[in-house]
Amino acid sequence: MTAAAPLRVVVASLAALLALVPVGYVVVSVVVVGPAAAIDLVWRPRVGELLVNTTVLVLATSSACIVLGTATAWITERTDLPGAPVWGALFAAPLAIPAFVNSYAWVSVLPGADGFVGALVVTTMSYFPFVHLPVAAVLRGSDRDHEDVARALGLSPRAAAVRVVLPALRPAIVGGALLVGLHLLAEFGALALLRYPTFTTAIYDQFQSTFAGPAAAMLASVLVVLCLVLLTADVALAGRARQARVGAGAARRRARTSLGAARAPALVAVGLLVAAALGVPLVSVARWMITGSSTTIDPAALAIATATSIGLGLVAAAVTTALTLPVAWLAIRRPGRFSRLVERTTHLGNALPGIVVALALVIVAIRVVPGLYQTTPLLITAYAILFMPLALVNLRAALLRVPPELEEAAHGLGSRPGAVLARVTVPLLARGAGAGAALVFLAVSTELTATLLLAPTGTATLATEFWGPAAAVSYGAAAPYALTMIVISVPAAFLLTRQVHAGAGP
Amino acid sequence: MPVPGQGVWFVRMVLAVLASTVLLAACGGAPGPEDRTLTLYNAQHEALGRLWVDEFTRQTGIPVQIRDGGDFELGNQLVAEGAASPADVFLTENSPAMSLVSGANLFAPVDGATRAQVPPQYSSTRGDWVGIAARTTVVVYNPALLPEGQLPDSILDFARPEWQGRVAFPPGGADFQAIVSAVNALNGDAATQQWLAGLKANGRVYQSNTATMQAVNRGEVPAGIIYHYYWYQDRAEAGANSANTELKFYTNGDAGGFLSVSGGGVLASSSRPAEAQQLLAFLAGVPGQQVLARSENLEYTVGAGVPANPALKPFSELRPPPVDLSTLNGPKIVGMMQQAGLL
Repeated sequence: MTAAAPLRVVVASLAALLALVPVGYVVVSVVVVGPAAAIDLVWRPRVGELLVNTTVLVLATSSACIVLGTATAWITERTDLPGAPVWGALFAAPLAIPAFVNSYAWVSVLPGADGFVGALVVTTMSYFPFVHLPVAAVLRGSDRDHEDVARALGLSPRAAAVRVVLPALRPAIVGGALLVGLHLLAEFGALALLRYPTFTTAIYDQFQSTFAGPAAAMLASVLVVLCLVLLTADVALAGRARQARVGAGAARRRARTSLGAARAPALVAVGLLVAAALGVPLVSVARWMITGSSTTIDPAALAIATATSIGLGLVAAAVTTALTLPVAWLAIRRPGRFSRLVERTTHLGNALPGIVVALALVIVAIRVVPGLYQTTPLLITAYAILFMPLALVNLRAALLRVPPELEEAAHGLGSRPGAVLARVTVPLLARGAGAGAALVFLAVSTELTATLLLAPTGTATLATEFWGPAAAVSYGAAAPYALTMIVISVPAAFLLTRQVHAGAGP
Repeated sequence: MPVPGQGVWFVRMVLAVLASTVLLAACGGAPGPEDRTLTLYNAQHEALGRLWVDEFTRQTGIPVQIRDGGDFELGNQLVAEGAASPADVFLTENSPAMSLVSGANLFAPVDGATRAQVPPQYSSTRGDWVGIAARTTVVVYNPALLPEGQLPDSILDFARPEWQGRVAFPPGGADFQAIVSAVNALNGDAATQQWLAGLKANGRVYQSNTATMQAVNRGEVPAGIIYHYYWYQDRAEAGANSANTELKFYTNGDAGGFLSVSGGGVLASSSRPAEAQQLLAFLAGVPGQQVLARSENLEYTVGAGVPANPALKPFSELRPPPVDLSTLNGPKIVGMMQQAGLL
């Protein structure tokens, strides 16, 4: 298949250009400040502290999520743990709970849960599903004939796992860890509450100071560099081995590994994990509902906010997925310097705090497309910039497993590039696209800052309605919104587990 | 294997969603010229903003649409928007965000009659915004850990070594930066820098007034520096975050009694300046101040001689130190806090 597919290149470039808007805002701010002042603002002890804090948290939480996510995926997919499918669904469910709600909950249950340890615990509990889901999908979908062949060739079960299974898991683990890292770089609400300063919390602090716009931009520029480091590490770690195959493999049911005497301790361990990741936030929200005197539910307001959150989430999920499809296609099918540049660029928005992305769009939109300012399309654009990587990581992983020979065959049979994409590639990608779209939906339904600045005036979402009362100590009034946020996220989280159960192969 | 046509269906669906979004946006388009609807950028607490606007609309028939946000979000947004801003009126929780917008020359002068409603020390010296509410600095303390008699006579004393690990404060917010600038205005540069260095060494940093108060309530730390009304609101709620604490008011002229003012202003770019001035006159005048006094917000009233909510310590007993609000939170304060490693 040699067609240039110009439309795909155009859409992919557009996606990359959108992601460059906030980066451009940061770069221009740095230039305006001038080199001398910029060095003064960046080269000071506080920035060193933030650098250490941010780096340590990204490394520690990513490692914890890799270990925990891989372990939960293995125990639910490959062992005879009683009720494995139920546990599998429960391990995806933390995605339905916004990190800042989780953080509120932990602080109210364990008052000492702050600083580094608190941040590590809360972010790991919130983000390990990012690793669990793709790893579980690969474990379930991968053809175990490879392992059998390895065993037949004389490898021990352990050696077969290390030399055959782990390499197959590598793209999934690395992709999941990249999402965890990007989320940590941009996380504000959860970390602010836990008194763990990172670049993003410091950027918010700077914007709260009257004249500190330049200082915030300097911190954001360091954040952009950190993001580039993460993306480079991701490329180096993901590997280039071919993962796709044309044959579907044998559809035999396999015996699961018996846990034997470890069954009881394993059940206790997964039970404790679920209690920590789901029990703590759910119990806290329930307690706010009951004890807060300000708990008054206005059904009409709640219904409108719920409908708005769901509507914005669905549209943003569809648009973001459509926008990233060509990017993923270029990255996998037309690898090269340009494709890599486009693909990496679309990740930048996800690592920048919402306030930076939102202010950049305010400045650009009100001057370039004033008619679109504070309209839904601009808000959707902001969501796309912020959350493209969520869709991209899943699409890329799915596309890696689609053999290019199928597209080549369709092309050879006379289909035009557009028809090949629509009739061959997209249907094969549907599950990966669905998973990506579900992640975007989850992220949008809890997004706050960009929504506050860019939504049409008067728009109320569950997240904006939660923050107002929560910031004013009226936890009772905030609780119904927190609960509804969790409830509307359940279908998306469920969709993510179905993706696992359906397997990743064709 | 794929069913033929399935992909085409997917592409069509995406296109349909895109098209309907654009259509929806077009329908919600710009108001006609006869539309008197005001746009309020509200950084005050949402509930209070809503109470004010509902009463204003009831009295005048002028509809108001509200965009809620924090001081810094909306203030920075107004500066980024510049002359193209769709906002007519801006309300904040603290004066520094008003100074930010005022410094960018984005406010119109406030009507003289409205300015006359508010004592001059609670409004901008440039006459481009007025005070609409006020909050006083207090020290919240846990009597089980720290008897009232052991509290210092000045918040400057928290920098002393005996307070190591025993004082909480939220340096990140506009709230605390206003308190630092009051310390600076009253005690000078050297004392302020020394105080900040002491707080960096001794103090436990929290994200917000509420988090500071919760920490004191839990006994994590015996004392904290916050604004009064977070405590009163929590007491009015269920007391879950304040039941074990009391407040110390500084009425001796110390910076610990600093009074921070919430401001309101009309944007110079407003397309409905007459109605916008009418809204501001309402807020600073008797009707708006009465709404505030009756609300659960529990900030002090500042305009038209309307007394504050009776649950509060009487305003006349506060005796805050004299501080020029227009000097607050300048680049110097931010620089000092950066130098101390607090920002």
